[in-house]
Amino acid sequence: MALLRVEGLRKAFGGVVAVDGVDFRVSRGELVALIGPNGAGKTTCFNMLNGQLRPDRGRVFLEDEDITGLSPRQVWRKGVGRTFQITATFPSMTVVENVQMPLISHHRQVYRFTGRAVQLHRDEAMELLDLVGMADQAERPCGVLAYGDLKRVELAVALANRPALLLMDEPTAGMAPGERVALMGLTAEIVKDRNIAVLFTEHDMDVVFCNADRILVLNRGRLVAEGPPEAIRENAHVKEIYLGAGDGLRDPGRVCHPGGT
Amino acid sequence: MEFYLVQALNGLASASSLFLVASGLSIIFGVTRIVNFAHGSFYMLGAYIAYTLVQVLPPGAAGYWAAVLGAALAVGLIGAAVELLLLRRIYRAPELFQLLATFGLVLVVADLVLMIWGPEDLLGPRAPGLRGSVMILGEPFPTYELFMIALGPLVLGGLWVLFHRTRWGTLVRAATEDREMVGALGVNEAWLFTSVFVLGSFLAGLGGAVQLPREAVNHTMDLHIIAEVFVVVVVGGMGSILGAFLAAVLISELNAFGILIFPEITLVLVFLIMAAVLIFRPWGLLGRPEGPPRAPAGEHEPPLRLLGRGFLYFCLAVLAAAAVLPHLLPTYYIRIACEVLISALFAASLGFMMTVGGMASFGHAAYFGLGAYGAALAVTYAQVGTGLGLAAALGLGLAGAVLFGYFCVRLSGVYSAMLTLAFAQIVYAVLFQWYGITGGDNGLLGIWPSDWVSSPLAYYYLTLAVVAVSLFLLRRLAFAPFGYSLRAGRDSALRSEAIGIHVRRVRWVGFVIAGFFAAAAGGLFAFLKGSVFPDYSSIPVSVDSLVMVLLGGVQTLSGPIVGAGVYKVLEVFVNRYTEHWQLILGCVLVGLVILFPQGILGYLVGRFGRSGEEWRGVDGAPAGGRAA
Repeated sequence: MALLRVEGLRKAFGGVVAVDGVDFRVSRGELVALIGPNGAGKTTCFNMLNGQLRPDRGRVFLEDEDITGLSPRQVWRKGVGRTFQITATFPSMTVVENVQMPLISHHRQVYRFTGRAVQLHRDEAMELLDLVGMADQAERPCGVLAYGDLKRVELAVALANRPALLLMDEPTAGMAPGERVALMGLTAEIVKDRNIAVLFTEHDMDVVFCNADRILVLNRGRLVAEGPPEAIRENAHVKEIYLGAGDGLRDPGRVCHPGGT
Repeated sequence: MEFYLVQALNGLASASSLFLVASGLSIIFGVTRIVNFAHGSFYMLGAYIAYTLVQVLPPGAAGYWAAVLGAALAVGLIGAAVELLLLRRIYRAPELFQLLATFGLVLVVADLVLMIWGPEDLLGPRAPGLRGSVMILGEPFPTYELFMIALGPLVLGGLWVLFHRTRWGTLVRAATEDREMVGALGVNEAWLFTSVFVLGSFLAGLGGAVQLPREAVNHTMDLHIIAEVFVVVVVGGMGSILGAFLAAVLISELNAFGILIFPEITLVLVFLIMAAVLIFRPWGLLGRPEGPPRAPAGEHEPPLRLLGRGFLYFCLAVLAAAAVLPHLLPTYYIRIACEVLISALFAASLGFMMTVGGMASFGHAAYFGLGAYGAALAVTYAQVGTGLGLAAALGLGLAGAVLFGYFCVRLSGVYSAMLTLAFAQIVYAVLFQWYGITGGDNGLLGIWPSDWVSSPLAYYYLTLAVVAVSLFLLRRLAFAPFGYSLRAGRDSALRSEAIGIHVRRVRWVGFVIAGFFAAAAGGLFAFLKGSVFPDYSSIPVSVDSLVMVLLGGVQTLSGPIVGAGVYKVLEVFVNRYTEHWQLILGCVLVGLVILFPQGILGYLVGRFGRSGEEWRGVDGAPAGGRAA
């Protein structure tokens, strides 16, 4: 049974059809990349999966449960975590407090008027920070972190409620090349260890071809190719779309960076 | 039937003047992002200056219309001076401080108007050539009103041509959409801002000047119009001139007909319409949803930090001093001390929603007034004692905050704040107009405390206890999971929703908590004064609370309390030596905003670092003070 099943998803903004009848499935234990040139509809697609946008047509199923049209809050409670293209964290809180917040929400303690938030779920938050390699910066305010570090904090935040599915919108944008491969390597490990699924969008073809188990290619709102990295690399249509853009595509012999998976 | 037509025409005539002022405010906000509180004052100045010019200039049509235009131009010049001397220095200050500076102007203008023109209402002459009336379906209708009806659409058309057919107008529209980009393209922003401010002021002045034949010029015109203008701008959609026109017509017609149906509660009708619009179109009739504001790079508020034992001892010492104080003071000062305490609670309640929730309110006096009237009504009609009276205060304040908060949290930022002001005006109007129950202008008298707290000393201790417990609770709340959730929503609504936090509901609860404690302050105040008046929920009281919070600094939890102390003591002493408290306060506000754009405590914290601050340094220094 597929963890995530998307059927005939469509969204238009005025006259522009951003996503036009997309179908795909993602299973547990899979790291799936959603790629495509700028404006292909990747982020729109993501926003419909986690409830930020309501699709014009089509359905989204999580473990066979229809989650179409639920709000981002409800989708999160069903077990879908999300990181954003431009990181969204709480800059006036420390790193560890940023991870404590989803835990507080997960345990339904948002409306507790007594006690101290900083003392709740601290150990669990520290474990998550340890996982993403941010434990040593736990007490720094999030507002002063480097962008690459923010991306890692966001990953810890997204993992906090033990999601079954993680949606990552350009998880490595703004990171140094070495860091990128390391972060996606870490993500791949988490996918296997926790038996969850990750769907991510990415422009860096190294990251995509080194880590993804499967690749979905979106162009002008339509899914034009789908398959394992090797097949996508050889796909003539995909080559055409990306001609002159992605080095990784034209260089099948290229080796992944050491330190990756 | 004829009568209704005439009434509808009257509404249209009123709409024109309202539209002139609202469009000016909207244009200025669009480009400079400053909500010009003094816009009502410009309107009032337009009326007063026109009155004087009409006296000075030769009688006759030419003289009269020269006076009207001259007044509008004079107000435009005043606007230029204000922009060049004041606003230009504070464009980079936080939004609320800009607001505070423009409110300082409101006070200065109000006092100057009193000094120059005196407190009496001034009746202007009627417009030459338009004195008569025409018959409309057998009913006489003043010609001047027809002129007014034409004026609105004329100005609307003129503005459209200006914005769509001139280079300057194109720049203004571009700047409204993306100010940074216009600056980056090499446009001289400074002069663009000045010219926009002059145009907006001119429109306000014109709106005031053309009122001359319609109503007596008086010194309450400024706040009266600004509340209506805020409603118009919120309903019409900020930045949309056509929206402002439609909303002005809608509101004016409602007023015109409301007076026939519910003469006592015309504003309730306005409220209902506003509520309906905001539920279905939260950005107003013709407004567009605003994207998230562009955060200034590199500026972040440092995390909240629990203070160590030092702060605890400091609080206990302050409490002990407060307990001993009344034994050292004459009775008169005990009452002043009570007032300071009540102000501290009032300011802290607003500070809670601003600091922790990131929600500003221009109308926090609504809940203060509801609290006071809750107590007073319970005492007057149910003869309850002080305890139950205070409970009634909390109940009424809570009810008001639940109702109004529901709408306010649907908007964000300055729109939401404008809405809070409109609600406060509605509370004020109900208290003022519902004569049979609230006593109207005369208020309710004889609201004295029960025997067990009837002595000034006993009442002081009651006040101290309630205030101390409330402040303690507010502080606890800020550190509780709820306080953190509220702050999370303020920091990033997107992230909060993505981790299951219902931001709007959390904000609503935060709003209600703030209203609840403001009502507690209001209830205490009612028994202290022994009487309540509609003024308790008026705009100046709302602004008092805002001033106290901003004076102390909006980034700290205890800032509002310090601000309240400084403000109240200042008020008492200045009032003793001069009649011109408003003028001095206004100048002080303007000066403070220019000198300390972060508030007093905020300034001290920034300047002297770690001694008594609530914040950890942003360099990530170890949290040494994270003690129990």
